[in-house]
Amino acid sequence: MSPQILELVLVSIVMAATPLVIAALGELVAERAGVLDLGVEGMMIVGAAAGFAAAIESGSSLLGVAVGIGAGVVLAGVFGVLVIFMAANQVATGLALTILGVGLSGLIGSGYVGMKRESIGHLDIPVLSDLPVIGRLVFGQDPFVYAGIGLAIAIAWFLNRTRGGLTLRAVGENHASAHALGIPVRRVRFLAVLFGGGCAGLAGAYLSLAYTPFWAPGMTAGRGWIALALVVFASWRPFRAYAGALLFGGATVLQLHAQAASIGLPGQLLTAVPYLATILALVVLSLRKRRGSIAPSSLGMPFIPER
Amino acid sequence: MRIDLEARGTRSRTLEVAAPLIALAVAILIGGIVVALLGKSPAQAFHVYFIAPLSEVWSLQEVAVKAAPLVLIAIGLSFCFRANLWNIGAEGQFVMGGLAGGAIGVATHGMSPDAQTFWILPAMLAAGTLAGIAYAMIPALLRAKLGVSEILTSLMLVYLAERTLDYFARGPLRDPKGFNFPQSVMFDDVARLPFLMEGERLHVGVLFALIAVAIGVVVLGRTLFGFDVRLVGSAPKAARFAGFSDARLTYAAFAISGGAAGLAGICEVAGQIGQIQPIISPGYGFTAIIVAFLGRLQPIGILLAGLILSLSTIGGEGAQISMKLPLDMTRAFQGILLMCVLAADVFTRYRVRLSFGSRA
Repeated sequence: MSPQILELVLVSIVMAATPLVIAALGELVAERAGVLDLGVEGMMIVGAAAGFAAAIESGSSLLGVAVGIGAGVVLAGVFGVLVIFMAANQVATGLALTILGVGLSGLIGSGYVGMKRESIGHLDIPVLSDLPVIGRLVFGQDPFVYAGIGLAIAIAWFLNRTRGGLTLRAVGENHASAHALGIPVRRVRFLAVLFGGGCAGLAGAYLSLAYTPFWAPGMTAGRGWIALALVVFASWRPFRAYAGALLFGGATVLQLHAQAASIGLPGQLLTAVPYLATILALVVLSLRKRRGSIAPSSLGMPFIPER
Repeated sequence: MRIDLEARGTRSRTLEVAAPLIALAVAILIGGIVVALLGKSPAQAFHVYFIAPLSEVWSLQEVAVKAAPLVLIAIGLSFCFRANLWNIGAEGQFVMGGLAGGAIGVATHGMSPDAQTFWILPAMLAAGTLAGIAYAMIPALLRAKLGVSEILTSLMLVYLAERTLDYFARGPLRDPKGFNFPQSVMFDDVARLPFLMEGERLHVGVLFALIAVAIGVVVLGRTLFGFDVRLVGSAPKAARFAGFSDARLTYAAFAISGGAAGLAGICEVAGQIGQIQPIISPGYGFTAIIVAFLGRLQPIGILLAGLILSLSTIGGEGAQISMKLPLDMTRAFQGILLMCVLAADVFTRYRVRLSFGSRA
C-alpha cells in the first residue's frame, strides 16, 4: 500500500469514527449520571436535518452546527423532563424520542432533499499538513475531528479529576446516598442528559455538514444505536470509547473499500458489517467481564425524592 | 419550580382507562400545532387522519388489514415488556418470518396441478412463525447466557434482517423472468391467505390477530405463566424468591413475541403482498411498540390501540395525497403519542404536585 493510500484510509477511518465518538461521549456522561437515553439516534438525525437546514438558510456552517446542537438539547430536554422529573420509563421514552426524531427530521429536511453545499473545510497548515502519511491525519482534519478528541480528553478529565465529575458519578452510582449528601440528584441528571443531547445533535450536524454535506432521510443509518453500544463496549470510559469508535470506523471504511473493490461478496453482507461488529463487540465484552457489572449502579432507575 | 411525585396507594380504574385517552387527545393537539406550523389546516388534517378513513367500506377494511399485524406483534411484545424484557427488534423478526415463509411460496410456485397443495399455506405460516422465534432467540440467548443487553442486540438484528431480505429479493429468490425487477414470482393461489369474503380486502390474517387477543386475555389473566410474567415485571425480587427462573421466562417471552412477529410477517407476505420484495414492512415492528404501550400492555387495549394507529397510518397516506403532508408527519405523530402515553402513565402511578420555591 502506497503512503498516499494508507494516509487516505487512516484519515477516512478517523472521520468515520468522529460522529460515533461524539454521540457516544455525550451518552456516556448521561449514563454515568444514571440515565439511559435510547433517543440518541433520534436526536442525532434531527441535529443533522436542522443543522443542514439552518446552514442552507443562513449560509453559515457555524450557525448550522449551533442549530444542530440546539435541536439535540431541546429534544433531550423533553426526554429529561419525562424520565427525570416525572419518572417515566427510560427505555420506552427513549424509543419514543427516536421514533419522534426520525419523523421530525423528515419534516424538517423535506424541503432540502437533493441540495448540496460545500463541506466544512479541513485544517491546512503549510508544511505540516503536507507531511507524508501523518500530515493530513494529524494536521489536516476538519474541526469536528479535533472537537471529538478534545471532548474525550475533557470528559475524562471532568469525570475523574473534578469535584463536578465526582458528584455526577455519585448520582449515577447511588442516587439515594447522593441525595442524602444534599446533591440535587435530578438537576445533575437533567444537565447530563442535556449535554448528551447536545453531543448527539453535534454528531448529526457533522454528518450533514462535513461527512456527507447534504441531507438524506435516514442518513444516520443506526449510528446513534452504534454509539449506545460503544458506551457499553467502552465500559463507560471516555478513551476506550474513542478506541472503540476507531474500531467501528475501521469496519465501516473497510466495508466501503471492499465494496469498491468488488471482492465478490454480496453488498448487503458488507453494509451489514458495522451492525454485526456491534453485536460481536458486545458478546466479546461480556465474555471478558463475567465478574460483576461495571455499569453505573443506578443506571436506568428513576429517582423519586421523599418529600 | 419543582415537581413532586407521590405514589398512589391504589390504582384508580377510571384513571387507568382515562389516561391513554387523555394522552391521545394531547398528542392530537400537539400534532395539530405541528400541522399548523407546516402551514396546513389542523382541522382538515384531523378530518383526513381520523375521520375520512372511517367513512368508506373499503378504507374501513384497510384499517382492519393494517391493524392486524400491529395487534399481533404488540400482543407478543406485551409479554416481553411486562416482564421487563426489551425486545425492540420485532421489525427484524417480522422480516425474517416473511422471508422464510415466502421462500416456500416461491419454491412451490408452478407445481403441477395434480400435486398435493393443501400443505403449502400451513407450511408457510409455520416456517414464518418458527423463523420469527429463531431470530428472537438470538438476543434471548445472549441475554440469558452472557448478560448482553437485549435492547441493542435485538435492534442491530433489525438492520441485519433488512439486508438479508434485500439480498434474497435481489438474488436467489428473484423472478428470473421478471425483467430484473428485484422481486420474486407472484405466489400461486394456494400459497395466498384466503380472503374472508369474496372480492373484499379482509384476509385470514385479521382473524389471527383476533385469536391472538383472545389467547392474550386467557394466558395473561388465567394461567400460572401469565402470573409469572406479571410478577417478574412488577416485583422481580419476589418472583426470584418464589423460584421463577429468569432465563426460562426470557426464552418464553422472546419466543412468544418473535413467533407473533414472524407470523405477522408471513401473513403480510402471503396476504397483502403475494411475493417477496426487498422491503415488506412499513415499520410495523416499531409501530407495534407504540400500540403495546398505548394499549397499556392489555390485550383488549392493544386491539383498540392497533385500530387507532392503523387509522392514523391510512389517514397519513390520505394526507400525503390530499394535503401534501409528508408521510413523516405520521411517524412524528406516533412518537409524540408514545411520549404522551408514557407521561400519562405517570399520573396513574403518582400524584404529581408542582410547588414553587427554592427548596432544593
